[in-house]
Amino acid sequence: MGETRRDFLTGLGAAAVAGCGLPLFDPTRWLQASVAPGTAAAATQWAMVIDLELCRRDDVRRACMDACRREHNVPAIPDPDERIDWIWAEERQHVFPDLVHEHTAVEVREAPVLVLCNHCTKPPCVKVCPTGATWKRERDGIVMMDMHRCIGCRYCMAACPYGARSFNWRDPRPHVARDAEGKPVSDYPTRTAGVVEKCTFCAERIRAGREPACVEAVRAVPGAAGALTFGDVTDPGSPVSQLLRHEQTVARLVDLGTGPNVYYLVSRSPVAAAEGEGA
Amino acid sequence: MLQNAFRGGARFWTLLALWALLIAVGTMAYASQLTQGLTVTGMSRDVSWGLYIAQFTFLVGVAASAVMVVLPYYLHNYKAFGRMVILGEFLAVSAVLMCMLFIFVDMGQPTRVLNVLLHPSPNSLMFWDFMVLLGYLVLNLVIGSVTIEAERKEAPPPRWVRPLIYLSIPWAVSIHTVTAFLYAGLGARPFWMTAILAPRFLASAFASGPSLLILLALLVRRFGAFDAGREAVRALGTIVTYAMAINLFFVAVELFTALYGGMPHHVHPFAYLFTGLEGHAALMPWTWAGQTLGVVCAVLLLVPALRRRDAVLALLCGGVIASLWIEKGLALVVTGFIPSPLGRITEYTPTAPELAITLGVYAVGGLMLTLLYTLVVNVRKRLQPA
Repeated sequence: MGETRRDFLTGLGAAAVAGCGLPLFDPTRWLQASVAPGTAAAATQWAMVIDLELCRRDDVRRACMDACRREHNVPAIPDPDERIDWIWAEERQHVFPDLVHEHTAVEVREAPVLVLCNHCTKPPCVKVCPTGATWKRERDGIVMMDMHRCIGCRYCMAACPYGARSFNWRDPRPHVARDAEGKPVSDYPTRTAGVVEKCTFCAERIRAGREPACVEAVRAVPGAAGALTFGDVTDPGSPVSQLLRHEQTVARLVDLGTGPNVYYLVSRSPVAAAEGEGA
Repeated sequence: MLQNAFRGGARFWTLLALWALLIAVGTMAYASQLTQGLTVTGMSRDVSWGLYIAQFTFLVGVAASAVMVVLPYYLHNYKAFGRMVILGEFLAVSAVLMCMLFIFVDMGQPTRVLNVLLHPSPNSLMFWDFMVLLGYLVLNLVIGSVTIEAERKEAPPPRWVRPLIYLSIPWAVSIHTVTAFLYAGLGARPFWMTAILAPRFLASAFASGPSLLILLALLVRRFGAFDAGREAVRALGTIVTYAMAINLFFVAVELFTALYGGMPHHVHPFAYLFTGLEGHAALMPWTWAGQTLGVVCAVLLLVPALRRRDAVLALLCGGVIASLWIEKGLALVVTGFIPSPLGRITEYTPTAPELAITLGVYAVGGLMLTLLYTLVVNVRKRLQPA
């Protein structure tokens, strides 16, 4: 009798939670906090290095952006004011206002640069979120997003100095790429109208011991080796740490104190460049 | 007690019908926003807050301004405000109600609004704003209803309400300070990131709120046959005058620092407002109209002979409200997003549904205010010797 009663109450509770849309208990958070298999377990801060020269190539950017869109069912909204972008291109003069000046050649000023969420060490978006729908994951430093908790207040968009957050102004599902059967191309959950989304460094792939989709995609592009390097910045032996230690790299708007974890390779030393070609 | 809120003549019922109509239109527009998403508004990826959040900001000021009658009356025993205090408190109630509704209609997932309470995040100023607004609403509702109920019974208000009244004074300052901090703490938005924002918010609140209160008191005197007192209106006029002068000084301080300092991030938003930026100048006519109106009204208000005449005072108060509405209810929020951190200039124009929803929320406030003021007028009328 007691058990039946308990079952009933549990069911009631679950129904209430599901019915009200109030995630009193959010199992996905627990899953994400669990220890991932493979190398991911040791990581404390994932980071990325983007080669500024290589990402000027159309095929390189296209490969990254398309892979990301497919992987996460990111909708292609026709209205540019309602764009949803996780990784996209901006002109160098807007991404790095301090790297150019009025005498810089126009081709350089307007050269496209791949941009994405910087997974900041001190993320301003996390600080302002009124519900904890976005948070800095302690285990590996990814700035996560819970689309079921987000109330769509867009305070995070006002706080992000990198423009890395997109709001679903409309139902995104009609704009998601579909396969022949009409199903979204990826099994990554599609979103609903009224929530904010952004790059998560492919947290779901990292959990499975794989690299982010953009990094994997760019490997298949001929001659684009090293365009995107991903790894643990706290591991001195990681390729990311090696690049950051030995090459000329920069990060966006460091004077804001956000501590971005996406870096940009300005130039390679001749030795490293030769190694890169050899690889 | 409450029946007093629903007793009135033809004019009263016409006003209620007008509010009801506006609320109905607003509700219909909101229904379309609910089904289609915030795409029905003029907001965009770059300008991600618009008219709703701007109205919220403006109305927090109106709500906070109740302190300008409460403080002199209860702390300095300034008797002239005796009949004005309740009007200020009930104006605050209506204004806070509108503030909360404006936040609500701006949300992408309004059904999840309770997440703010279920997952309290003290690191977020939005959470604190939610809390202080709720507290201020309850405070003024309790204080207002208890004092008017006491008045109806021709008894002094109960002693326990006194500490609540004292608490409401710093609380009023807190709601507008927290609202300013909501903006001023963002490194991504140099236009808002200024220490003068909270003081400026308070100064403009103490000019626009009492201005509205003066207009309402004059209206109630004319149509409700209830006089809050000539001296009270004059005293409020003086408050408006100095608050407006201080506000203009703060604006000048802000302009000097940004323009003389000459740092592009600080100059660009002001350039957008006053001269247009790279050919984008949607707010330029509004800015000039608003600032000119503000300066002219402030100068005229400084002349005692002018502001002592009710008709002139009413006109100047209208000017002050319009000027500060343009500043806070229109320009402040949108300009924070221009240019975007990635150097893009996206302009913002509210859409018809957005305007209808905005008017609908104002109508809810208007309805609330009409009922509360009618209650006050009816209670007082019965107390007056025939």
